[in-house]
Amino acid sequence: MARSISFSEAINEALTIAMAADENVILMGEDVVGGAQVDHLQDDEAWGGVLGVTKGLVQQFGRDRVLDTPISEAGYIGAAVGAAATGLRPVAELMFNDFIGSCLDQLMNQAAKLRYMFGGKAEVPLTIRTMHGAGFRAAAQHSQSLYALFTHIPGLKVVVPSTPADAKGLLLTSIADNDPVVFFEDKTLYNVKGEVPEGDYRIPLGKADIKRAGRDLTIVAIGKQVHTALAAADTLATQGIDVEVVDPRSLSPLDEDTILASVAKTNRLIVIDEATARCGVAADIAALVADKGFDSLDAPIKRITGPHTPVPFSPVLEDLYLPTPTKVIQTVAELLGDSSIAAAVS
Amino acid sequence: MGMVQTAQPVLTHEKALWMYRKMVEIRRFEDAVHDLFAKGKLPGFVHLYAGEEAVAVGVCAHLSEADSITSTHRGHGHCIAKGCDLDGMMAEIYGKATGLCKGKGGSMHIADLTKGMLGANGIVGGGFPLACGAALTAKRKGTNQVAVCFFGDGANNQGTFHEGLNLAAIWKLPVIFVAENNGYAEATPFTYASSCRRIADRAAAYDIPGVVVDGKDVVAVYQAAEEAVRRARSGEGPTLIECITYRNYGHFEGDAQTYKAKEERKRHLEELDAIVRFRSYLLDGGLASGEDLSRLEEEARAAVEQAIQFAEESPFPSPTDLFDDVYVSY
Repeated sequence: MARSISFSEAINEALTIAMAADENVILMGEDVVGGAQVDHLQDDEAWGGVLGVTKGLVQQFGRDRVLDTPISEAGYIGAAVGAAATGLRPVAELMFNDFIGSCLDQLMNQAAKLRYMFGGKAEVPLTIRTMHGAGFRAAAQHSQSLYALFTHIPGLKVVVPSTPADAKGLLLTSIADNDPVVFFEDKTLYNVKGEVPEGDYRIPLGKADIKRAGRDLTIVAIGKQVHTALAAADTLATQGIDVEVVDPRSLSPLDEDTILASVAKTNRLIVIDEATARCGVAADIAALVADKGFDSLDAPIKRITGPHTPVPFSPVLEDLYLPTPTKVIQTVAELLGDSSIAAAVS
Repeated sequence: MGMVQTAQPVLTHEKALWMYRKMVEIRRFEDAVHDLFAKGKLPGFVHLYAGEEAVAVGVCAHLSEADSITSTHRGHGHCIAKGCDLDGMMAEIYGKATGLCKGKGGSMHIADLTKGMLGANGIVGGGFPLACGAALTAKRKGTNQVAVCFFGDGANNQGTFHEGLNLAAIWKLPVIFVAENNGYAEATPFTYASSCRRIADRAAAYDIPGVVVDGKDVVAVYQAAEEAVRRARSGEGPTLIECITYRNYGHFEGDAQTYKAKEERKRHLEELDAIVRFRSYLLDGGLASGEDLSRLEEEARAAVEQAIQFAEESPFPSPTDLFDDVYVSY
């Protein structure tokens, strides 16, 4: 039975299911409960994460399995790697992906490489949950989308869900996966609701989802930008333009086949990624299609990304930073060589 | 220079012989790697443990295969003390398919998780959080296992040292942090790089015991580790042991060691040698006979010879091995 719950509740539900099913699953991070060793604090009064995503887990699983850490990312993310290599299945929360600067070594040189360096004799069943995304007025050090960094590193898997149902099914798969997975949660999606099935279900990594089928043009969009693409597609439909929206859902592994098949059908590609463009995921997907799908293309591949700037604070500027349906429609008009489209919907 | 002598023998005959054998095995192995590198037989970097044998052996004498250790770029000694197979180690250093890591890791990444050896590590300070994680697993599963983090003096200024000690202390993790202070981080003296008299002093900042021992006295290391392992197994939390030691070779093979004074090297190699001292200790204390020790020396020599032959005769990896073992599944 599916019911409508928020992205945040879907993640909480996945964690609850995974922890109930396997006692080796532990959750660790800064204030994932909050108020450790504060005598007067009742468990149901604890934060449960800075945005409350992990609220309630401590009542079910106790503080031994929902572990508050010091603000010490290299220490506890690295400890999660060591715990994963020795028999636990930790879910470690890196509160904001921007904090990776404090602990990148633990993922880049340790988690990602132990298995290969040790000739296949290590497994690191670790999930890193981390918030990303602009639009929260959180400024340059709490708003980036750094999944390209991790996608670049062999040995890591990278997941970026866009809907509550995907978030739940992909998180359950990530936790059960025997490789290290970096699981991105857009903080501006936490309150977005959607239909989510009850119980345990798994969405495979490396399987894109066609969020909207269409004939005229393919938009591959990452994370929250799937919604930007869908909003643009709805408007474009009123002009008789039928857009297909592909959500890769995981960037490593990447479902190349679904992207290439879509472009083979529509002959046009736009990639939307709110992260900066250089060496980014949009460039990667554009290169994939240029390389393996060139004969399908009737027009240049277009990328809609954040500019080559940090994310600004002022709402006026931050709104300019992010892709919007309007930008998408303008780009579609450009691609189709029909300026009347943009004029008609402006 | 003598060694700790007590009224009651600290070591049993069997333990003493095991320790001597391991120390000699490490020395023979490292001397052999030194020669092989000089002959151009080994690719890449190698960092040799010769001179520091008493540390790895004195600590690992208290561990079983179920206990974990994390190691450093200078990891051969830890591997041998923890029971890694010499043939597999040497083949790994040669980059052969029969190596412990199928030739994918090399000298700086030798590991054998079945022996509780969580890997040499090319990142200075990389082991602190990993050891905390292994200890967290042990604590969570209630296995009574401990984790030992070996690290050099160069690592004690890394953030991971401080984060690891703090984490282990607040969670009372069964970890023993073992500093191998050989006086130099690469070519930079400890006294220049660290704003502390002793690494062990830094334990006070995390409210855990910090102990300094003569790291070339294997019995002293053994005794310090005994207490630290006892504390860890009984849930009392981590200990920091600083072992004052010396590396007989350079930071890496090819290092001319210009930063070391001649007299200092001579004194360490000739007067303070840990194996020579332990040999005297065993003979003087009647813990072993000269015949015992000669036999162990011969066994170690033969084992290293065998390892070299195994490595030389082993095949290199096949081209398709390049793509294997990046992921469990992808």
